[in-house]
Amino acid sequence: MSSQLKNPRRAIRAKKNSSPITRHPSRGQNRLDAAFQQLRSNSEKALIAYIMAGDPGLTETEHLVLELERSGADIIELGVPFSDPIADGPVIQRAAERALRSGTSLRKILESVRILRTKTQIPLVLMVYYNSIHAMGLERFCREAASAGVDGLIVPDMPPDEAGLLKGPAESAGLDLIFLLAPTSTAERMSYVARESQGFLYYVSLTGITGAKIKDMTEVGKNVGKIRKVATTPVAVGFGVSTPEDAAKVAAMADGVIVGSAIVGRMAAAQQDASMPAQVGRFVHTLKSAIRSASPNAPN
Amino acid sequence: MAPSTHTVPDHRGRFGPYGGRYVPETLMPALLELEREYAAAKKDRTFQAELAYYLKQYVGRPTALYRADRLTKRLGGARIYLKREDLCHTGAHKINNAIGQVLLAMRMNKPRIIAETGAGQHGVATATAAAMFGLQCEIYMGTEDMQRQALNVFRMRLLGATVTGVDAGSRTLKDAISEAMRDWTTNVRTTHYILGSVLGAHPYPMMIRDFQAIIGQEARRQILAAEKKLPDYLVACVGGGSNSIGLFHAFLNDTRVKMIGVEAGGLGIASGKHAARFAGGKPGVLQGTMTYLLQDDDGQINLTHSVSAGLDYAAVGPEHSLYHDRKRVSYTYATDDEALAAFDLLAREEGIVPALESAHAIAHVIKLAPTLKKSAVIIANLSGRGDKDVQQVARMRGVTL
Repeated sequence: MSSQLKNPRRAIRAKKNSSPITRHPSRGQNRLDAAFQQLRSNSEKALIAYIMAGDPGLTETEHLVLELERSGADIIELGVPFSDPIADGPVIQRAAERALRSGTSLRKILESVRILRTKTQIPLVLMVYYNSIHAMGLERFCREAASAGVDGLIVPDMPPDEAGLLKGPAESAGLDLIFLLAPTSTAERMSYVARESQGFLYYVSLTGITGAKIKDMTEVGKNVGKIRKVATTPVAVGFGVSTPEDAAKVAAMADGVIVGSAIVGRMAAAQQDASMPAQVGRFVHTLKSAIRSASPNAPN
Repeated sequence: MAPSTHTVPDHRGRFGPYGGRYVPETLMPALLELEREYAAAKKDRTFQAELAYYLKQYVGRPTALYRADRLTKRLGGARIYLKREDLCHTGAHKINNAIGQVLLAMRMNKPRIIAETGAGQHGVATATAAAMFGLQCEIYMGTEDMQRQALNVFRMRLLGATVTGVDAGSRTLKDAISEAMRDWTTNVRTTHYILGSVLGAHPYPMMIRDFQAIIGQEARRQILAAEKKLPDYLVACVGGGSNSIGLFHAFLNDTRVKMIGVEAGGLGIASGKHAARFAGGKPGVLQGTMTYLLQDDDGQINLTHSVSAGLDYAAVGPEHSLYHDRKRVSYTYATDDEALAAFDLLAREEGIVPALESAHAIAHVIKLAPTLKKSAVIIANLSGRGDKDVQQVARMRGVTL
């Protein structure tokens, strides 16, 4: 285990002091850009860790975000629970059900983000289905999310074709709209979606839902190669990355590795256990180590 | 001739502010392909001739427009006609769409078909069409609905389909659609998803409307022949809304024809246990489309209730949302009890056992007809037959079969 894990407080303070990033409404330097820049200058790849906000409760979520950061996550993706998550597999669906049962709402998640921002500057991205945003009101949501300290949005059921109404409010609030590409995307859509995406591009590694298994790493590599040619942002790969071995392979081809269901599944398994955050932290640490080992120039 | 001057949806699949394509990127290329193929098929005479052939020889179209004299006499008002979609092969209008989409799937060289089903009618229609054309078929169905509609589950299996139970959320139609969308996302390269109603992402609401519009096209011709005039009212039940849009569409430009969509009032609006989207919902996005939804303040989708599995759904087709806002169609609801009373009345007065879905339309006719003059004419869409519901109704009445 690294010294970072043994002395978490110092690690956080060190990170905070090293890059005091403030948000800028004109989308100059934001936390996401800064994180990727920093990683690039260290020849490192990003580990993007997904957890469902409010699973099992928001207090736990706040602890977990800090634990994930200590364990090596570079960016945190917070899932906003939705009753009908069409892009998600059973692991995330069940996490959403647990979160909703614990009384989690978008408003409460934003409160937690606000609290977290007094403790960490790690980039925070919300993965939120369109109807949750629509119900709050697009403008109000963007304003409140940005002021709470959210950096970007992934809306899994909103391709850029349908982003017309959200773009303006997100832009003026300074929120990045992160779009997804899939193995089925045509060359035409690759350049269209790449042009629209901000912060990073999310490549869905397989035709399927979250938590499935990547069958063909070669295909992933081929597609990421094509996407990199048209992308103006870093490219991160998610859906189906479940082991340190997967993470290492993906890190060799992309700028970032997104791990969701594998983390959420471990949380569910250890739910009743007081050491759940530590267990999840250890897993994330092994992911990060694997990613580091795949970028040979990175400092260990 | 039926006028066809409607311009909805626009090229982005928008019915005014409703509709659209709110889906994961993985599905976008498939939806764009489907849109292209459907546009080509629509103009392709061979495709249209093939569709017409199967609708006539296999489905049994045109279906009758039957003047229900005893029901008319009993209610003592307007003359009531029933558009007999219950006489279609497989017992409901769903087959009109299933045949159309199976033909499209074959054009696109997709050997595997999936579908969701609520009452089981769309599942049976899809399994039937897939069997007839030799395609592989998997049907997703909520486990609650599987229990309510056990007969249809067995029918689908007889037809060679795999029926997969969905044990999430409310275990009804909504959850079956989500699961079918997940399957489609996973197997999109080999699979065509035959959505059963005017729901989901563009081009589904438009395409399914077009496949069902034959109901109104026939009814318009038939009523002009029988009455030498257009009807005063059209009445149809609205779950997703495909039988109703199918009946209404040919009459939309006939401004004097009033149209009424009947939603599921369940145990009453105040109880919260219903599926009356226009009575208790507001616009939002569910399963690919912007439309009226039953949802809470946080945008979580509410659980719905109806005695009829086919109407038990939290969203309504986006085209209906537009006609609601434009007041072209008025929407009302019938409760479970009213639908069950209509079910009995139609069986006894006319010897027709209606599907519980269609019984909601009849329930409104029971309220409406006596308020109208005897010269007035109502067409009600009898969208399906009630054989599938007999067991459930018996169970509710404590009868062991």
